[in-house]
Amino acid sequence: MVHTTMEGSLFEPTLYIVKGMCILDNDGNRILAKYYDKDIMPTAKEQKAFEKNLFNKTHRANAEIIMLEGLTCVYKSNVDLFFYVMGSSHENELILQSVLNTLYESVSILLRRNVERRVLLDNLDAVMLAFDEICDGGVILDTDPTSIVGRAALRTEDVPLGEQTVAQVLQSAKEQLKWSLLK
Amino acid sequence: MSRRDKKEDEDSGFQNLDKTTLLQEARYFNSTPVIPRKCIHILTKILYLLNQGEKLTTQEATDIFFATTKLFQSKDVVLRRLVYLTIKELSPMAQDVIIVTSSLTKDMTGKEDLYRAAAIRALCTITDSTMLQAIERYMKQAIVDTNPAVSSAALVSALHLSATVPDLVRRWVMEAQGVITSDNAMVSYHALAVVAGARRNDRLSTVKLVTKLARTPLRSSYAICLLIRYAAKLAEEDQTDASEPYVEFIESCLRHKSEIVVYEAAHAIVNLRKSARDLAQAVSVLQIFCGSSKATMRLAGARTLAKLTAKHPNAVAACAVDLENLISDPNRSVATLAVTTLLATGAESSIDRLMKQISSFMSEISDEFKIVVVRAIRRLCSKYPRKHQSLASFLAGMLRDEGGLQYKTAIADAIIALVEENPDAKETGLAHLCEFIEDCEHASLAVRILHILGREGPKARQPSRYIRYIYNRVILESGPVRAAAVSAVARFGAARPELLPNISVLLARCQLDDDDEVRDRAIYYSAILDSGDAQLINDYIINVPIPNPVLLERALQDYLNSDADLSEPFNLATVPTMAEETQEPKEAPVEIESRAPIVSREEQYADQIKVIPGIEKLGPIFKTCESIDLTEPETEYRVQCVKHIFARHLVLQFECLNTLSDQLLEKVHIRLEAAPGYKMLIEVPCEQLPYDKQGSVFCVLEFPENPIETLGTFGATLEFVVRDCDPTTGLPDSGEGYADTYPLEEIEVSCAEQFRTRAASDDWEATWERAASAEEACDTFGLSQSDVGEAAKAVCEHLGLPKGAISGDAVKEIRGGGVWRGGTPVLVRARLVMAGGAVTMQLTARSPREDIATLLLAAVG
Repeated sequence: MVHTTMEGSLFEPTLYIVKGMCILDNDGNRILAKYYDKDIMPTAKEQKAFEKNLFNKTHRANAEIIMLEGLTCVYKSNVDLFFYVMGSSHENELILQSVLNTLYESVSILLRRNVERRVLLDNLDAVMLAFDEICDGGVILDTDPTSIVGRAALRTEDVPLGEQTVAQVLQSAKEQLKWSLLK
Repeated sequence: MSRRDKKEDEDSGFQNLDKTTLLQEARYFNSTPVIPRKCIHILTKILYLLNQGEKLTTQEATDIFFATTKLFQSKDVVLRRLVYLTIKELSPMAQDVIIVTSSLTKDMTGKEDLYRAAAIRALCTITDSTMLQAIERYMKQAIVDTNPAVSSAALVSALHLSATVPDLVRRWVMEAQGVITSDNAMVSYHALAVVAGARRNDRLSTVKLVTKLARTPLRSSYAICLLIRYAAKLAEEDQTDASEPYVEFIESCLRHKSEIVVYEAAHAIVNLRKSARDLAQAVSVLQIFCGSSKATMRLAGARTLAKLTAKHPNAVAACAVDLENLISDPNRSVATLAVTTLLATGAESSIDRLMKQISSFMSEISDEFKIVVVRAIRRLCSKYPRKHQSLASFLAGMLRDEGGLQYKTAIADAIIALVEENPDAKETGLAHLCEFIEDCEHASLAVRILHILGREGPKARQPSRYIRYIYNRVILESGPVRAAAVSAVARFGAARPELLPNISVLLARCQLDDDDEVRDRAIYYSAILDSGDAQLINDYIINVPIPNPVLLERALQDYLNSDADLSEPFNLATVPTMAEETQEPKEAPVEIESRAPIVSREEQYADQIKVIPGIEKLGPIFKTCESIDLTEPETEYRVQCVKHIFARHLVLQFECLNTLSDQLLEKVHIRLEAAPGYKMLIEVPCEQLPYDKQGSVFCVLEFPENPIETLGTFGATLEFVVRDCDPTTGLPDSGEGYADTYPLEEIEVSCAEQFRTRAASDDWEATWERAASAEEACDTFGLSQSDVGEAAKAVCEHLGLPKGAISGDAVKEIRGGGVWRGGTPVLVRARLVMAGGAVTMQLTARSPREDIATLLLAAVG
């Protein structure tokens, strides 16, 4: 009962579809990257080597998809940012493509359509939350950019004083007073 | 500070982050009141640093973790969410992470929707099975929660947990089942996976699930894709008409509005092993994909069509026009797939044009795809032998280009195959290989090519021209390559006597080499060649059996460790030789996945049979036979039998599988009614056989002295003690359990199993003549088949000979040889003639031992 033959070439019924997602800058350096399969590139060193290779193969040709080191990688770039989603080479490419679209669209909304490195770094916290909302341990969690952004971009403190309601201003003043008294 | 400056600061802040400084900054979390803005910034930097691959010690991770827990006092949503993220990131590194369980539990049951979903996911990453019991109730509630994010979070967490605590998660299936038809697409997708995953081993309920859901339209395209995968799996397992509804469902999905689903369905139909089915619909969908403006869709279409070329070349040939449009595609992966597919299906006339096209972008594609191209060309070589000239020069061109070892190996393989298959291409192919090793940086590849040159070179018209290339290696290369070159040179001397004087000079020079191995080989070959004994030269230079290296190593270890004194020499003949590649591994013409290395059966089982006490005394294993089912499939207990043949012993391995989740089997053993003459030595029972875990029972028997008596059948019964157990935890109930038995089918020991056979080699005739003095057994048989060819095949099967042993047309002749389990060689020849509507066969066997020759005849009779 030892299995030696390869399993059939049908897609495996699994939810663990995404093997990794990353955003690189225009020198191929990692800005954010997550890998979800312990068996694929377990160390940071292997991951960075893979990213270098991936970047070299993709940054010139805008060809949407490439098969590399046993993975199917779909990608998209804008100004100085490169977005990648990786999956097994034995996976529905269009599903991976839809995840990439979700990632790109979510980030784009978060950055108010200014998809570039500087703006992304300014909003890194929100982008990290978006990563977390799109994929959980390799399982696609959500693909609706609006709902993802709704749960990732939650600026409460950023609202300038003039735009806060009176109640909000009072509330925060009260809080501050309380803490200063407690000190 | 102006807004602009701040930006610059932040940017550079991310670039020169320092772990020590950050650890200092994390202390800021302890101060009150918590200023969210500042803490968010620090946490983001910590997460960024971790994401860049920075390693933290356990102490550092724990420090940051505990500092982070202080931030639970703040109610800022972004900060809280980042705290969850940090907890998830640090949980594998830090200690005592379960300290936050109560905080997270509070958040997951609280009122704030924005916390709940993320808190559930964080909690399930840090918790263990004991803590899970406590939150089980909340998880069940969360699964059916009206907020889709919460429900999805709980379902996905359940899915992750099912890898470690499947039984616990199985109790949540009821809740999950309820939300499969949820209005939210993602919830329905996740719920389907949880429900189906829990029933993975239960085919019947999977059937029910799929059948039910196939009728109810699901909202999520992902969920439909998953359903298609389950349906396809069911259809593949069940080849009868009962699978019709699944295929119908998949076909109906071809008309879905989502491309994802359409592709999923087309892919499933193309890959289902049911062949005769009408592919037209799926193929036309893929054709449309090939014309899409999106590269991903074109690739998906081209890849799936390419896979189809192996089974249904005609179906693909119909798409030739669409594929033609893709050969200049800007995405080189798509272009390569299109060209290789066209090469596989197209006519001979189009080859040159396509090859030209492909060479224009060969340098732009990745090694993986280059290998695809090489494989395609290799197949072309065997399909259109007349084209070998242009194909070989194309391969040689690629061989000169840059490329990794894998790529070069693929090319060398292709040329070697060309040399072996096509006599016309032999000389050109060898010339290309010679040129390649002049400048080859991979020692392993050089060694292989030298071996091929040594084997094929002497058969060429002008063998002497290769010797120069080979001898150059002796002067220029590293030790292993020099050694291989010496062996290759020696083969020329052995096969072409007219070259012998020159070869002797070369070998004499090699005897002064620095490397031990090179010197040894040179001396060894010189000695054999100088002896002038044709038999010796043949056995030790030209036709040397190559033992399986893994098994040889094991056998030698056993030999050295055995108690018997070492005065008895080690017998190489008892080690199984390398299995000859009986047939080309069936691969789809355009396949990019790498495949697992082929492991021989003997190697697979070698570790398993180690558990038998005293197994090393039996000597090296001679052969492991294919496993045989002793039970019907899909019964309560599944038992397969694997026969391991040793020189004088037979080891029966019974691989048992318990398919009842509410039973634990103990003291499992086999009651064997041995055939007369066999002596039962020991039995190794299987102490425990839990549900779905394979266990083995071993019986060691001694073969009867007389070979004829070894043919017989064994009756077998499975005996065991049943203890009922809890299907979810697998723990047995208290109480003794009761003994039970289960009848198995009989086991037959045949003659073929005790031989290692091979088809006749080139010099079979000479070997046969030399064996004329040996004992011979001869008899004539009437066979029941009405066709000579079929009869010959049946005889081959019976004797365990490969089909390649058959030759002749009207009079079929089977020539083969083999080794009996003790190491005694046997030669066999059978002649089959059609006479008066029946097939008559004359079978002759020659062997030094008469009883073994007779045994072969008895096996057929």
